[in-house]
Amino acid sequence: MTVLDIINSFGLKIRAGKNQLNEEVTGGYAGDLLSDVIAHSRKGNIWVTIQTHPNIVAVAAMKELAGIILTGGREPDSDTLQKAEEEGIPILVSPLFTFELVGKLYQMGISGMGEC
Amino acid sequence: MAGAENNISFHAMFHIKGGNFTDAGSISSQVKKFLKGAGFSSGVIRRTSIATFEAEMNVICYADRGNLSLFIAPNFLKVVVEDEGIGIPDVNLAMREGYSTANEKIHEMGFGAGMGLSNIKKNTDEMILTSKFGQGTHLEFVISLEGKDRLVPLFSTRE
Repeated sequence: MTVLDIINSFGLKIRAGKNQLNEEVTGGYAGDLLSDVIAHSRKGNIWVTIQTHPNIVAVAAMKELAGIILTGGREPDSDTLQKAEEEGIPILVSPLFTFELVGKLYQMGISGMGEC
Repeated sequence: MAGAENNISFHAMFHIKGGNFTDAGSISSQVKKFLKGAGFSSGVIRRTSIATFEAEMNVICYADRGNLSLFIAPNFLKVVVEDEGIGIPDVNLAMREGYSTANEKIHEMGFGAGMGLSNIKKNTDEMILTSKFGQGTHLEFVISLEGKDRLVPLFSTRE
């Protein structure tokens, strides 16, 4: 399953990284504490968060995540968008809250990272 | 700890301003770009990026100012972060996962999870953390180079 498949399934809006949507998604991680995401996410994960500042791009690039989905109707800061384009990190937005979006991703077959 | 300074083939120093969340991550980003340009493997780049990012954020979140130095030697990368500020009263407590002294602003941005130091420890081969409460903190960490990564410093431009 690719990032594009997820976008199409949920009608997510693309805010950055439209040329990097064919990445295979290895699983998902939901979290809003950056060091927690750094510690526990895995390469190729799709990251669900409410953080919108540019450091989310640094984290996604560091951990080679497939992309970032902002929930609850949030939009990335303009600095975040610029950095995302530079680093090639897809940023998508959803009007759903995190709990609901993660539930739907899980139903689609995107599994979590299990235990720490 | 590894650190025979006469073997260092590259050295760079960056200044970090405490409380400067606008440029947060810029130093670790520069370090990452340099390592990528030099030709290090993705594993070395990832580990160094994570440790450098966490170290940089600690200075921004908790100190007045700091310097981050990157050293490249034939068999290792070493980063030294020296900061001025309140310091750490109890280093063992600070190393404990989940322990944080972050304020509300820091938490709102998603920092202050209390995992930065343990992320540094997990991603490096050696780590030393010392502090003088009321003065500042000194952090050093080393990432050993194996295999092809050892060839990189030989071919890097001398600075």
